[in-house]
Amino acid sequence: MFFYLIRRLIYAIPIALAVGFVCFMLVQIAPGDPINAIVPPDAPQEVVEQVRRDYGLDKPLPIQFGIWLMKVLQGDLGRSLATGRTVWSDLHSAIGNTLMLAFSASLLGFIMGCILGGLAGTFRGSILDRLAVTIAVAGVSVPHYWLGMVLVIIFSVQYNVLPAMGAGPGGSADWVWNWEHIRHLVLPSITLAVIPMGIVTRTVRGIVAEIMNQEFVVALRGKGLTGWGVFLHVVKNAAPNVLAVLGLQLGYLMGGSILVETVFSWPGTGLLLNSAIFQRDLPVLQGTILVLSLFFVALNLLVDLVQTALDPRIKRG
Amino acid sequence: MFRRLLLAACAVVLPTLAQAQGTLRIGMTAADIPLTHGQPDQGFEGNRFTGIPLYDGLIQWDLSAADRPSTIIPALATEWTVDANDRTRWTFRLRQDVRFHDGSPFNAAAVVWNVRKVLDREAPHFDPRQVGVTASRMPTLRRAEVVDEFTVVLITTEPDSLLPINLTNLFMASPTHWAAKRAAVATAEAAWNAFAADPSGTGPFRVTRFVPRERLEMVRNDNYWGTRARLDRVVLLPIPEATARTAALLSNQVDWIEAPPPDSVPQIRSRGMTITQNLQPHVWPWQPCFTPGNPMTDVRIRRALNLAIDREALRTLLGGLMVPAQGTVAPGHPWWGNPSFAIRTDRAEARRLLAEAGYGPQRPLTLKVQISASGSGQMQPLPMNEFLQQDLRQVGINIEFDVIEWNTLFTNWRNGCAHASARGAHMTNVSFAAMDPFFAMVRFWDSKMAAPVSNNWGGFNDPRFDAMVSEARNAFEPVARDAALARLHAAGVDEALFIWIAHDVAPRAMSPRVRGYVQPQSWFVDLRLPFIQ
Repeated sequence: MFFYLIRRLIYAIPIALAVGFVCFMLVQIAPGDPINAIVPPDAPQEVVEQVRRDYGLDKPLPIQFGIWLMKVLQGDLGRSLATGRTVWSDLHSAIGNTLMLAFSASLLGFIMGCILGGLAGTFRGSILDRLAVTIAVAGVSVPHYWLGMVLVIIFSVQYNVLPAMGAGPGGSADWVWNWEHIRHLVLPSITLAVIPMGIVTRTVRGIVAEIMNQEFVVALRGKGLTGWGVFLHVVKNAAPNVLAVLGLQLGYLMGGSILVETVFSWPGTGLLLNSAIFQRDLPVLQGTILVLSLFFVALNLLVDLVQTALDPRIKRG
Repeated sequence: MFRRLLLAACAVVLPTLAQAQGTLRIGMTAADIPLTHGQPDQGFEGNRFTGIPLYDGLIQWDLSAADRPSTIIPALATEWTVDANDRTRWTFRLRQDVRFHDGSPFNAAAVVWNVRKVLDREAPHFDPRQVGVTASRMPTLRRAEVVDEFTVVLITTEPDSLLPINLTNLFMASPTHWAAKRAAVATAEAAWNAFAADPSGTGPFRVTRFVPRERLEMVRNDNYWGTRARLDRVVLLPIPEATARTAALLSNQVDWIEAPPPDSVPQIRSRGMTITQNLQPHVWPWQPCFTPGNPMTDVRIRRALNLAIDREALRTLLGGLMVPAQGTVAPGHPWWGNPSFAIRTDRAEARRLLAEAGYGPQRPLTLKVQISASGSGQMQPLPMNEFLQQDLRQVGINIEFDVIEWNTLFTNWRNGCAHASARGAHMTNVSFAAMDPFFAMVRFWDSKMAAPVSNNWGGFNDPRFDAMVSEARNAFEPVARDAALARLHAAGVDEALFIWIAHDVAPRAMSPRVRGYVQPQSWFVDLRLPFIQ
């Protein structure tokens, strides 16, 4: 296990370098000029050129990449072109907020998905099954931002019971786990939870149905186990696969919540990326994408390790 | 006895109540808090919310009235004159009773320090990040000199009567406060970052809490040199998504939102909210290309385009949230002049002009316009452009669009229409601010401003216009300067140097609890005026 861990960590290094290279180049080849984040479009050319030199944006791309990479290896993601703040200072608060949202959405999606999928798998072919499958398909098909807007219209605008935006009455900086703050998390979490809920429902349904048809379940029943007894065995067998799906979903939610965070003005990495894209704030874009990608790589590794721990049938050579 | 006690209690409590006028929460369109170190980014929304409320310039815009164009008035400078013998030297007398939020005094040395922060690369506090948003807005200012404690001389590269207007963009930050920050950190850049987190200006509000990307809280500056604000506190919240801003207003999370989407206006009104609007010095145009052989070099075609558009119908499409444009400034403005070409809807005349220029049913005119799908100040670019396309088809002009991303359109604007990035476009659709003569006219019509120097995208080159620009820049009496600018504007309209479509009206939606608000004919507002009831 230890050697497996070391090997996976070593594999992660070229992946991280490749991710870094792609991050850097992708934002460079996008149209538009990053200098527009700093100077207005009506600025005289001499000012534009001077600012370009000040920020090192006049250097050839390979040199810019080399400088960026050396700094990243030293833990320095650079400074935002637009605000002058370090990328890390913005990113670290944004990651905390996105993690909070992604975890709560994953948890909600996981619980709902397991319940619906479990019921559907157990009572396959019944009305309950069809209902669960319909909810699951709707969950993965409904556009996030549309659902978010509908929820806001109903619960914020119409009934005024939940806030429409923000991360707490005073912002996320003074977040505490009380209802005044948690109520800001409710609508974005529900909005973000529908996709993992749909995917987990379908996964659990398939796995449960398959396990229920296996001989060992018949054997368990033959031994006299009923209800909870059989259920616990089914859960134990289904857990590794469901966990793998959930891990990937958490990764997607970390990076894929741009629209939801924008709709709810939730100050996470999605909103950070959104504003960085519109401002052509290259250091923020590169730093955020890199960190999110590395997070995804790390999450995959973690899921593999937990899967191994849970399921002794999975051998790691 | 009881009555006396009651009166005495009222005498103590009522003035306090009259002053305590609540907290105003504003939902901005910006995705982040505009920079707070004294030279805001995020365009004029930055100046509106973290410039003018926190800082003062030597000169400021008069934002007190809604019924006349906003003009410049004294602020930290009480008077100014240009040297009769050397018109590159301006002397400013400064207000003597002003202190920064940190308590340090404002004086001539502070003015020189603030000029050097953006123009003197050798200055220890020079900040390259502030250059872009400042130097471009005062293109001729070079340096400043102290004459005495309350007199300062500003020096320009060439005689420039527009300098006082440009100076509304230079905000005075506290040198003492910056020095304190600098003492605690390793570099000037870090000192400016620390200063931005805890800024100090002379403005009517001072910052009490700054959460990057989330909120800025400011309270009234009770030591303000001018009329004090009525509000106790202002909270700025960046909410870039228009629907989210509207929802925040309707669910009472904010009291004021910028730029409500036109289709939400009826709903906002039905909830008892107010929509405010006023003519803004903003132009939403098509800017023609003047390269040789281009049909847009023919004034008859430019005039025909201006005459073929039904701007009133466009206004209806936008729910009333625009003013039809008849030029860069509106009639009644000091720079309006007296153009002989009246911009109106007259399709018969448009067809006649096109026929005279050699175009008609047998030989239709096809033109290409670079446009964006969204963007700051662009209003509703797709429906508006499609509307124009349909209107122009009625007079036999086929319009093709090259839809590109907003930031790219901006970049192309500087490249000019002869550049490959224009992809053969005959016109570009970039809206602009027209508060200042340089930004309203000079940068488009002076041949020296041809791309890539500035925004003369079309490469317009006419010695008559160069002479008029020079005349305006050398007219140092405000009345003479305005007269010269009026002649320049009238000539521009007569030559139909733009296809003028609309002026934005800066719509804002507000809770009925917001009182006392005045929406001036400006990009800015005076946050000292509103209060919460």
